[in-house]
Amino acid sequence: MKDPTVPMPQVAPPAAPTAGTSASSLPVSASTALQWLREMHLIREFEVRCMQSYQEKKIGGFCHVYIGQEAVAVGCVAAMQPQDPIVTAYRDHGHALARGMSARACMAEMYGRASGCAKGKGGSMHMFDRPNNLFGGHGIVGAQTPLGAGLAFATKYEDEVMLGGKNRRVSLSFLGDGAVNQGAFYEAMNLAGLLHLPVIFIVENNGYSMGTAIHRGTTMSHDLCVKGRAHGLREVTIDGMDVVSVYRDMSVLVEWCREHSRPAIVDMNCYRFKGHSMSDPRKYRTREEEAHHESRDPIINLERLLAGEGVLDDAKLATMLKDVREEVRDAVTFANDSEATPSDELYKDVFVEPWGRYTGSSLPSYMGGATNACTFRATDGKEGLV
Amino acid sequence: MSAVMSNPLFREPLTIAGAAREIEFRDAVREAMCEEMRRDKRVYLLGEEVAQYDGAYKVSKGMLAEFGAARVVDTPISESGFSGMAIGSAMLGLRPIVEFMSWSFSLVAADPILNNAPKMLYMSGGQYGCPIVFRGNDGAGGQLGSTHSWSVEGLFSNVPGVKIVIPSNPADAKGLMKTAIRDDDPVFFLESERLLSMKGHVPEGEYLIPFGHAAIRRAGKDCTICSWGRPVHFCMEAAEILANEGIDCEVIDLRTIRPLDLPTVVASVRKTSAAVVVDQSWSFASPGSELAAQIHRHCFDDLDNFVHRVHSDDVPTPYAVALEQEYLPNVRKICEAVRSATYRA
Repeated sequence: MKDPTVPMPQVAPPAAPTAGTSASSLPVSASTALQWLREMHLIREFEVRCMQSYQEKKIGGFCHVYIGQEAVAVGCVAAMQPQDPIVTAYRDHGHALARGMSARACMAEMYGRASGCAKGKGGSMHMFDRPNNLFGGHGIVGAQTPLGAGLAFATKYEDEVMLGGKNRRVSLSFLGDGAVNQGAFYEAMNLAGLLHLPVIFIVENNGYSMGTAIHRGTTMSHDLCVKGRAHGLREVTIDGMDVVSVYRDMSVLVEWCREHSRPAIVDMNCYRFKGHSMSDPRKYRTREEEAHHESRDPIINLERLLAGEGVLDDAKLATMLKDVREEVRDAVTFANDSEATPSDELYKDVFVEPWGRYTGSSLPSYMGGATNACTFRATDGKEGLV
Repeated sequence: MSAVMSNPLFREPLTIAGAAREIEFRDAVREAMCEEMRRDKRVYLLGEEVAQYDGAYKVSKGMLAEFGAARVVDTPISESGFSGMAIGSAMLGLRPIVEFMSWSFSLVAADPILNNAPKMLYMSGGQYGCPIVFRGNDGAGGQLGSTHSWSVEGLFSNVPGVKIVIPSNPADAKGLMKTAIRDDDPVFFLESERLLSMKGHVPEGEYLIPFGHAAIRRAGKDCTICSWGRPVHFCMEAAEILANEGIDCEVIDLRTIRPLDLPTVVASVRKTSAAVVVDQSWSFASPGSELAAQIHRHCFDDLDNFVHRVHSDDVPTPYAVALEQEYLPNVRKICEAVRSATYRA
């Protein structure tokens, strides 16, 4: 789609630092960068404890950990506004934590507890957090991409049709590189291109769809942006192992999408350090390849950078790690000690209002537990009725 | 809805006073959509050819002119994509009406309409509802061949979390559509291309018909015939023929199959002691088989015979006109079933 009225986003290194500041390569304050490091450590530690709990059979079903990809979720969320919606696939713990879900609610969900973010009805693959505008966690590969287009449709509709103003939100729809071969993704991109939806499809390209290396399942796998080009999407390739790059490039792209109400695609290069799921022996790749990528560990990258900037030392890091471990240990204890989701939840949340054997709906305890309150009104609490 | 369903008044057949005006089924559906779109800006319509073309079957005729392209949205032929997009917008609080040109085409959107819409509330632990209406033509009878002739209620009524509405006449179509749009849960609204030009009395004032509330179309004492959608008309025709043979049929139009108004059916069968279920979907694991099982359970001691069932034949829908008419749950088959159920065969 030729659209000469909308300029391409200029994703480039930021402008030279203004006089008076140091020649730092950090695009944000030291405290913000330290906060990113803490979030990345929190995700890593959380996932390590998930693996332990899974092996102890405290967590059931499928469980996909995010270790190695932490910079993607943390950097992307940092580049967004809190009111910008996010939807993702089943490797979703990292997005939930980065978006602000408590480690307690996230872990309790996997333990199948009433105190979980979805009352133990969703599980590892289906993390939802309305207060933080996280619209799931979705288990079917690629299915979340039309939903992401729909979130963008809705925010644009609210801002422009209902409020008569200008689009002011951007939706992020995460997917893996395995999802780029699903038809739903192409339909979502086509609709986003046609309807000028402010949505960014972030392909977390970790090189494998389960055990299939990308070149075995995907044409033009050296350049996934080409998939978006066919639909008129703006495109950016980002080093997803470097949180600073993720933040810097995503900030430019997010604001471009917001300003112009247009869609984009990101080929986010990254690597998952663990298997596809907990049952994956990783026979399809070499240990040498893994070692190479582990040397690009996004957490170590950031630690080195912060140490070089003089804002992180061993003592500070030790304190941060102790703090993170304590937070995750507390989450595991909380989950373990929480009440299993009671059987009266079985017929709840099938329909909003009660009828027949269905008992209506209620919000999770961390949201206050109000009943029949799921259908929140559009436009920030204003009734849509006219 | 619970208050409505527990109200015994709503068990009575619904009659609408002052219904002098006659309009087509498609006009009734359009009136409902337009009234709700005037009332609530969150409501919008999308689908193939709904806007500039005025609707493939003219159901949305004139809506683009009234509401504009932002609220009457033409989509590409992309059912999976636009269904998923509409669901995403409903999660955020909009109230989409999605038109499938035919429900047969919804099969390529099976993942969003079955895996997302009906489960979102549950999987999110009550956080995200999905107030959405999917509507379009359902059923055979237009010589469209097998791929375009689905009666999807046979597939979709198996899924918890959806409400399924199958109106048989214009007045019901309007009242049920308005209820569907205001409902907080996903609603599958199944129209029949064969009924779109049918005219009927539709009141001009506002009215809503609650779900789970059957209508008794014809009172009778010998046999209860239960149906929904287009086959209700076959049942009425059969009842006239059977009346001449001395068999007095009671015809119940369920109007919604989820929720299913079992109390009305049970009360009738307890009176007549014979029941025939007429369902245009295939027989195996169908809404008809479910209703028959429910009648057997609740009326075990009242029945003089097993519940007879009339469906479309258990074969792909044929094209040839005579073959297709034979395939449908037609008047002849209904008459035979009623005679058998009442030992008059």
